[in-house]
Amino acid sequence: MRLKSLVPALYILFLMLPIYWLVAMSFKTTNEILSGFSLFPQTWTFANYREILTDPTWYWGYINSIIYVSMNTVISVLVALPAAYAFSRYTFVGDKHLFFWLLTNRMAPAAVFALPFFQLYSAVGLFDTHIAVALAHCLFNIPLAVWILEGFMSGVPKELDETAYVDGYSFPRFFVTIFLPAIKSGVGVAAFFCFMFSWVELLLAKTLTAVEAKPIAAVMTRTASSAGYELGLLAAAGTLTIIPGAIVIYFVRNYIAKGFALGRV
Amino acid sequence: MSLELKNVSKRVAGITHVKETSLTLQPGHFNVLLGETGAGKTSLIKLMAGLDSLASGQIILNGKDVSRLSAQKRNISLVHQFFVNYPHMSVFDNIASPLKVAGIAKSEIEGRVEEAANILKLKPYLSRKPNELSGGQQQRTALARAIVKESDAVFLDEPLANLDYKLREELRDQLPELFAGRGAVVVYATSEPEEALLLGGQTALMNDGHVVQFGPTADIYRKPRDLEAAKVFSNPPINVAPVEKRGEAIVLSEEISWTASGAAVGLSDGHYTLAIRPNHVLPVETPAHSVRLDGHVLVTELSGSESSAHFDMDGHAWVSLSAGVHPYSVGEVHAFFLDPRHCFYFAPDGDLAA
Repeated sequence: MRLKSLVPALYILFLMLPIYWLVAMSFKTTNEILSGFSLFPQTWTFANYREILTDPTWYWGYINSIIYVSMNTVISVLVALPAAYAFSRYTFVGDKHLFFWLLTNRMAPAAVFALPFFQLYSAVGLFDTHIAVALAHCLFNIPLAVWILEGFMSGVPKELDETAYVDGYSFPRFFVTIFLPAIKSGVGVAAFFCFMFSWVELLLAKTLTAVEAKPIAAVMTRTASSAGYELGLLAAAGTLTIIPGAIVIYFVRNYIAKGFALGRV
Repeated sequence: MSLELKNVSKRVAGITHVKETSLTLQPGHFNVLLGETGAGKTSLIKLMAGLDSLASGQIILNGKDVSRLSAQKRNISLVHQFFVNYPHMSVFDNIASPLKVAGIAKSEIEGRVEEAANILKLKPYLSRKPNELSGGQQQRTALARAIVKESDAVFLDEPLANLDYKLREELRDQLPELFAGRGAVVVYATSEPEEALLLGGQTALMNDGHVVQFGPTADIYRKPRDLEAAKVFSNPPINVAPVEKRGEAIVLSEEISWTASGAAVGLSDGHYTLAIRPNHVLPVETPAHSVRLDGHVLVTELSGSESSAHFDMDGHAWVSLSAGVHPYSVGEVHAFFLDPRHCFYFAPDGDLAA
């Protein structure tokens, strides 16, 4: 019994250690961080958080990130829903190849697309806008959302569609009032993964923005300022970056298990 | 009121699922589609319901050509083999959904749902979700949704196949009264000959995508048009063996022959195919069951009140089905007796000769 609980306890401890360290650092002064090892903050300070929440160059990083991540999540799910429905309900020439090809988009590193996106968006005047990043992230997130949603949709028997048609439901009404509720956990899981990938993606977001839509991750890279390393500030920013993800995970935690069971996550 | 199919057929990717079929189905009784899995029952129902498009032919419902109408516009109901209900809606909303879609007043909906729920004993469960119900109650909910709407045609696609034995009997007893007096054309698909006989009405025997025979259920049970029809309408499978008519006698083998009786008297000499249902081959001799067959018992099955024995005689497989429990010893020779009055004789082309 001892060993049984000891191993997972140690594992969780190792997992949590860097997060604890980050949170602890965020409450320390930069001087204390640089002065040596301390398990707890010797002098508690909220100055780091105060700075972030009052300095527009900091908090606009968060707002920018949330704007383009939300845009991307909505676009990805809305575009993926009809696509996934087509893949799950109909057979057409090349459907299996197309489905696989969608996935291959996820295999290419973001760096491959950074240059063409940068050039294209600069040319059409989309550079440094929220929609630019949101659209760029669709390249990865729409295939992912289609893949996840197709799994959930195929879990709903085609007989449900037929029953609704016979009952007199038009297709749009059936889709919104019967089909969507039946796959709502799938929509939740797809939205979660779109949110997460878009939230943590740095390269494209940084390349395609300058000032107006600069994401928080890009703001964080300016830590080496003239005053030296502002480690406390950086730690506070990092802590705040974790929070949205943690909140989203909390809401979809039950559905993710279902997604894993379907083999689609 | 009637549902008329005129040379209806369906092809998917070059494969024929339903061959050209013409049927006229009437209200007032059950129209049973009987056939094995894959015989085309569900395909035909989907065509009638407008869920699949026709490759050819016409479907006429109450004198109106509905061939090109979508399922939404045909005013029909459908109950699937699997319990299909709207998972996020309560039982009440499930039953009410066709009425809500049709835009019927709320007060009327309540009354009609209540009535349907009463008939199907769903009253205590109206506020529950379908997944909180037993399989039988879920299928009742689907049936309630089918009767609450005043449909011109109701399609029941093996609605009892996924229920356990007791529930199936209970619900099957209730089905005829459920649709009595509603004026809808009721089509009931099943793979069990027994169900077709119990539900009576008219039966269409289906095999390999076409209707083999259509008519009053009892008639086609007693007089299968050809060997194929006889095979479809028998469970366990009908016994088939080659025989020869020689003068007065029907000759099964050099040792086994009997005097032709009934319609068989008029048969001209020659080769025929004999078919006899397993329940006319018994392990005991009676005045009627007079023709003795000695067979090696291969498999025996005991299903409560009935015993069946599969035996081999001269390389032909036979089945005997009898009431009661009979002690068979597998691998040994046992005497069986067939009733020559219940034999069908089919001509070499398959048509019923006598």
